Amino acid sequence: MNKIEPPLALLAELSHRCPLRCPYCSNPLKLDAASREMSTQDWLDVIEEAAGMGVLQIHFSGGEPTIRKDLEEMVGRAEDLGVYTNLITSGVLLDRDRLERLAKRGLQHVQLSFQGAGMANGDRIGGFKGGHAKKLKIARTIGEIGLPLTINAVMHRQNMSELESMIEMAVDFGANRLEVAHVQYYGWGLRNRAALLPTRIQLDEATAIVEAARERLKGVMVFDYVVPDYYARRPKSCMGGWGRQFLNITPSGRVMPCHAAETIPNMKFEQTGSRPLLDIWRHSEAFNRFRGTSWMPEPCRSCDRREIDWGGCRCQALALTGDAGNTDPVCEKSPERERILELAHGESAADFPEFEYRSFGESA
Amino acid sequence: MAEAVVIGEVSVPHLPRGVRLKFDKPRTQWVLLAPEKMFVLDDIALEIVKCCDGDSSVAAIADDLAARFEAPREAILKDVLILLQGFADKGVIIA
Repeated sequence: MNKIEPPLALLAELSHRCPLRCPYCSNPLKLDAASREMSTQDWLDVIEEAAGMGVLQIHFSGGEPTIRKDLEEMVGRAEDLGVYTNLITSGVLLDRDRLERLAKRGLQHVQLSFQGAGMANGDRIGGFKGGHAKKLKIARTIGEIGLPLTINAVMHRQNMSELESMIEMAVDFGANRLEVAHVQYYGWGLRNRAALLPTRIQLDEATAIVEAARERLKGVMVFDYVVPDYYARRPKSCMGGWGRQFLNITPSGRVMPCHAAETIPNMKFEQTGSRPLLDIWRHSEAFNRFRGTSWMPEPCRSCDRREIDWGGCRCQALALTGDAGNTDPVCEKSPERERILELAHGESAADFPEFEYRSFGESA
Repeated sequence: MAEAVVIGEVSVPHLPRGVRLKFDKPRTQWVLLAPEKMFVLDDIALEIVKCCDGDSSVAAIADDLAARFEAPREAILKDVLILLQGFADKGVIIA
């Protein structure tokens, strides 16, 4: 295989703790308890190693990363080492003082999530009363401080009708970017799929709204659009390919190719500090298991898109076919394709069940 | 609502807060690091972006590049406008 390039970006999940309980949280069902979180020093060591191996951006995420009092220190260390820092937050624990301290340490950008355009859906979907109002307030403060802001609007069948209002809201905040992200079906999202998955028609309507707004707001606000690929013809290039660009570290220090990889059975993830991070990236069994193209079955192996979508998503292949080594079944070349479409059409057309909110009930 | 950035000869382009030019050592390339994105710069794009100092107008940048690379100014100006407008639309250049 070709020389293994170092990763471009590190997703640092500082904590799984979060005041919100979104039923589509990308965290695993089995959350890391606070007592298992890495120390400040552990994280600072990880940041040094990541910078040393050529990571260009660190995304501080969670759970809610601002729940860690030492976030400033980590941001400061990354920036001192020339690594671009991004904060992915719900915003509900932030205030002006904290934001100013983070900005002073060099924080480059904030991604702030919204669950709805108004309080009713915002608080209901986030499972946190008063959350929406706090988000509105902090979005303004971010603008006043002058930190670049991306609004992350997480979309699904229960808030799709609010999409246009969410776009207006982001413009009104003066956001530089808007990420319209349809829920992805892993972890809690997979568990709540029947309550979240839009119909094909709903999806097409949302796509049309985004395309029109993107054109209208050209040069004012940049759009990123993440579709639920159950209805796509070809799978997404998940993480830009397994072990090619991204490194994910969990609150307790497991080093993973993506945030859902723990769902894959018989996969051994190594621990930060057990050996150099670059070694784990290059040589660990987990990172090499689906790296490149040699692991691929047909129809991927002979597909001319094998180095474009890299076989799609391993965790999705597992969730939908029971085997992470299969072609992502949302691909039209997959023999499972018809079954997945039927499942999506059936589920999205039926009445939706109650949310099962994210909780630490099964935490380790 | 913010106005869309339109790049012309009199514009004075620069990198906004949250966008940074960096040499990516392991991959030996120049990149613009931006919110949740990065753009790899080829040699021409790099020369143009390096000129975006918040002091020089697009006209001055075209003069400078035309002189340094001994190329027709009109052609250079066209390239500069197209590249910078593209970056402005992506939010990584303001003027």
